[in-house]
Amino acid sequence: MISFEALHAAPLALTAHAPVLMVVGPLIAACAAALAPTARTSWMISVTGSIFAAWMALALLGEVARRGAVDYYIGGFAPPLGIAFHIDGLSVFMALLISSAGVMASLYSGHSLSAEVRAEKHTLVQAGFLLCQSGLLGLVSTGDAFNAFVFLEVSSIGTYALIAIGEKRDRRALPAAFNYLIMGTIGATFYVVGVGFLLAATGTLNMADMGARLATLGDSSVVQAGFAFVVVGLGIKAAMFPLHGWLPGAYSYAPSLISIFLAATATKAAIYLMARFVFDVFPDGAAFGQGFIAWVLAPLAATAAIVCSLQAVFEKEIRRMLAFSSVAQVGFILMGLSLATVAGASAGLFYLGAHALLKMTLFMALGGLAISMGARRLDELAGVARDAPWSATAFAIGAASLAGVPLTLGFLAKWRLIEAALQAGQIWIVAVLATASLLTLLYVGRMLEAIFFRAAPAGAPRAREAPVGVLAPLWILAGLNLWFGIDASLPEKLANAGALALLGGTP
Amino acid sequence: MNTGELLIFLALVVPLFAAAAIYAVGRMPDVRETLTIVACIVLSVITISIFMRVGAGDPPEWTVAQPLAGLEIAFRLEPLGALFALMASLLWGVNSLFSIGYMRGKREANQTRFYMCFALAMFAVMGIAMAANLFTLFIFYEVLTFSTYPLVTHAGDARARKAGRMYLTILVGASLVLFLPGIIGVQIVAGSTVFTPEGLLPGRVDDVTGSVLLLLLVFGAAKAALMPLHGWLPGAMVAPAPVSAMLHAVAVVKAGVFVVLKVSAYIFGADLISTLPAATWLLWVAAGTIIIASVIAMTKDDLKARLAWSTVGQLAYIVSAALLPLGAGLVAGGLHMLVHAFAKITLFMCAGAIYVATGASKVSEMRGLGRSMPIVFSCFLVGALCVVGLPPFAGMWSKFLLITAAFGTKEWITAAAMIVSSLLGLLYLAPVALRALLQPVGDGSPRAFIRPGGAPGPVVAAVMMTAAACVALFLLADAVVAYLEPMTGSVR
Repeated sequence: MISFEALHAAPLALTAHAPVLMVVGPLIAACAAALAPTARTSWMISVTGSIFAAWMALALLGEVARRGAVDYYIGGFAPPLGIAFHIDGLSVFMALLISSAGVMASLYSGHSLSAEVRAEKHTLVQAGFLLCQSGLLGLVSTGDAFNAFVFLEVSSIGTYALIAIGEKRDRRALPAAFNYLIMGTIGATFYVVGVGFLLAATGTLNMADMGARLATLGDSSVVQAGFAFVVVGLGIKAAMFPLHGWLPGAYSYAPSLISIFLAATATKAAIYLMARFVFDVFPDGAAFGQGFIAWVLAPLAATAAIVCSLQAVFEKEIRRMLAFSSVAQVGFILMGLSLATVAGASAGLFYLGAHALLKMTLFMALGGLAISMGARRLDELAGVARDAPWSATAFAIGAASLAGVPLTLGFLAKWRLIEAALQAGQIWIVAVLATASLLTLLYVGRMLEAIFFRAAPAGAPRAREAPVGVLAPLWILAGLNLWFGIDASLPEKLANAGALALLGGTP
Repeated sequence: MNTGELLIFLALVVPLFAAAAIYAVGRMPDVRETLTIVACIVLSVITISIFMRVGAGDPPEWTVAQPLAGLEIAFRLEPLGALFALMASLLWGVNSLFSIGYMRGKREANQTRFYMCFALAMFAVMGIAMAANLFTLFIFYEVLTFSTYPLVTHAGDARARKAGRMYLTILVGASLVLFLPGIIGVQIVAGSTVFTPEGLLPGRVDDVTGSVLLLLLVFGAAKAALMPLHGWLPGAMVAPAPVSAMLHAVAVVKAGVFVVLKVSAYIFGADLISTLPAATWLLWVAAGTIIIASVIAMTKDDLKARLAWSTVGQLAYIVSAALLPLGAGLVAGGLHMLVHAFAKITLFMCAGAIYVATGASKVSEMRGLGRSMPIVFSCFLVGALCVVGLPPFAGMWSKFLLITAAFGTKEWITAAAMIVSSLLGLLYLAPVALRALLQPVGDGSPRAFIRPGGAPGPVVAAVMMTAAACVALFLLADAVVAYLEPMTGSVR
């Protein structure tokens, strides 16, 4: 059995400041990367910054396991005056996910960027990427509701720029980025208005304090309005059905580095924050909170799982297919969380982690194929497995995991979700899960049929196998899909700790 | 790794390795086919030693991994699984012999993929036969579906693709919507899904939960082709004859009824099955399946379709046996699983032999063909009488035990269905061979072999081997029954 308690990843002096270092590290690296003289230097800075953040996240994992939660006051000023970072099992889970996704994406970017973006812009891409990473890491660590807004915007601003940079290959990146900008800003505004209401009601921005005061305040229309604004705002950021319109464009036209990183992290961080508000900040017994979970969250999540899977089935562009699949899978995750049990939350988080891993694998494999092909449409990928077997096989592993084929992580994730739903007596969720899984199988089948079983049309450009710099991180990800499919004790333990931090109680 | 673990490991690795090796040497047909035969022989030796060890009371077991707390990928043999593994590996050998003759005779395309998928399917069957719990079994059950899909769609034309879609939709759909929730339900109720002598669930479920789980698991195991989830089986007859013979008489369909038998004996246990209302409903469904399938089989002129419908009916016999009260039918069901496999593979291989030699696929075209193909049609007659249950063929014992068990437990509907269907079977199977052997050549029948020399040698040899087995098992049935006896636990 793995013991996180015994984990001492960093020297004490660093560990003591790990919460802030984890966020500031990539931020400093972002500045350095922007000023870097060559594309290559900026790439190395990006890799270093990402690895540093992951290192700090590991150090925090040990600390949280030993102390339950880490509270860090910026500049030594305790709340209510200062800003506090509050890092518990859930934050660590998210931080590990985001930072390791960052490491993998930055490793991959060494080769992919030169094919996709003009050389003089590489430094900016890496800077934006690090900025985005820093913002997301801050978002999951902070214990302050307004501070969370700041980090949300930091990460978003990086993202807007990065998606727009995708215009070298496709002019459609510009409207997609603009669309995302508008939607994202609306989401952030909703969120901050909601926080304003809550500040008015409670007089604090610290989430723990807010939770404590809300518990004694009881219900009021101010609190309810605040709740509604926060949830809708974060719903947009999380691409919660039906607020997901921005996502397919954003994922489809960005440089592949960005779609890989965003697919693994961006919506997940927003889900994290929403879960924080719904389960932590708002009192457990609040009628509107319960009502929201039972009558809004769960039905919308179920609709997303079915409708967006169907959209993926009929989609022709492969990256849009994966994007619709992401919205559907967000539905799966939210269905787990909506069970509002420890088992349900744990299954939801497990699914979140599994989906991040497998979607990264898929987007990276696709990026690897696209380096030489530039293909977008499914039928342009016909027969590509013959020319690029390694990328195609990694894609197949990710796809199998997405479809929930046994012996992959995705299967165990579905298993845990169904188990949690049955335990909670929510049979209808099981039915939705099964139906959506069938649809998933359909579109995964379409993708694999095109890549493996259909012959390439005569005269089509031949694909080349992706370079080693792409294959190495890709196969680490694909290998993890399989490894965790046989032994998922590590993600299981992390997800359980996260669920306990969110809902309290004993395992 | 001790001997038992090693045997299990080898039983899984040999077909897997064979699949990889077949792919590697795909350009050299002779090497490829030698490899297949060698793999069959090696695997048979392994399953024989596993079979012996189980008989000697020293069943091999191996726990491989624990993906999540409380979930294990583990293997443990018991008599039924050992018998299934042995039967499948022996018949894989015979069928490979047949395949070589048939596929070369027909000059089929994509033969490397064909042999590779066969080996993968055998890997899945070994996993299913040896699984120690439902979780492990489910993994291999899915592998079996996906590895046989390319075989069903082998022809690659629109008709094959349509059948393939139905194959995947019904099998995968049922396993996702019914089987998986059923298994997870068992996991929640009992804390594990381990196959336990005398049942895992007794004392842990009430009538309603138990009934729901039984329905989920039995219908979820859609490879047993219980109506209304049977449509994939007649559809899958678009596949080449070796596929129909091996997969849709032995491996795939028998995996389905194997699951039903295992679930009945080791998850529910004979006592619990006797009290669950759902068991009675399923008996009626199975009786209906037996009768309807037999009637439809009578109307089919296409020989393979007729055999497929007959299979649907015969599988329902085994499902009935699994669900009879007091575990009375378990041993009979296990025996019928074995006997029907040998008999039906004989019939399918005969159909293939006739097709490759004369191009005739319809019963109406076969009148008088027995004059030129006496061996094949005689073997067909042996298989037919064995399925029907006449002496001196093994089917007599399994049918006798099945009907006795149904009468003994006062399940009159089941007993009546079995008797009526056996008579119908005599009417729609035996005349195929008798008309071919005894009547003059008909107007619609081909008058000459489309292939010089008739059916290829390996094909005829394979047919003769399984037909002989139908007779041999008549003498060995008692030993098989004694071997399976521990399945019933303390009930007997």
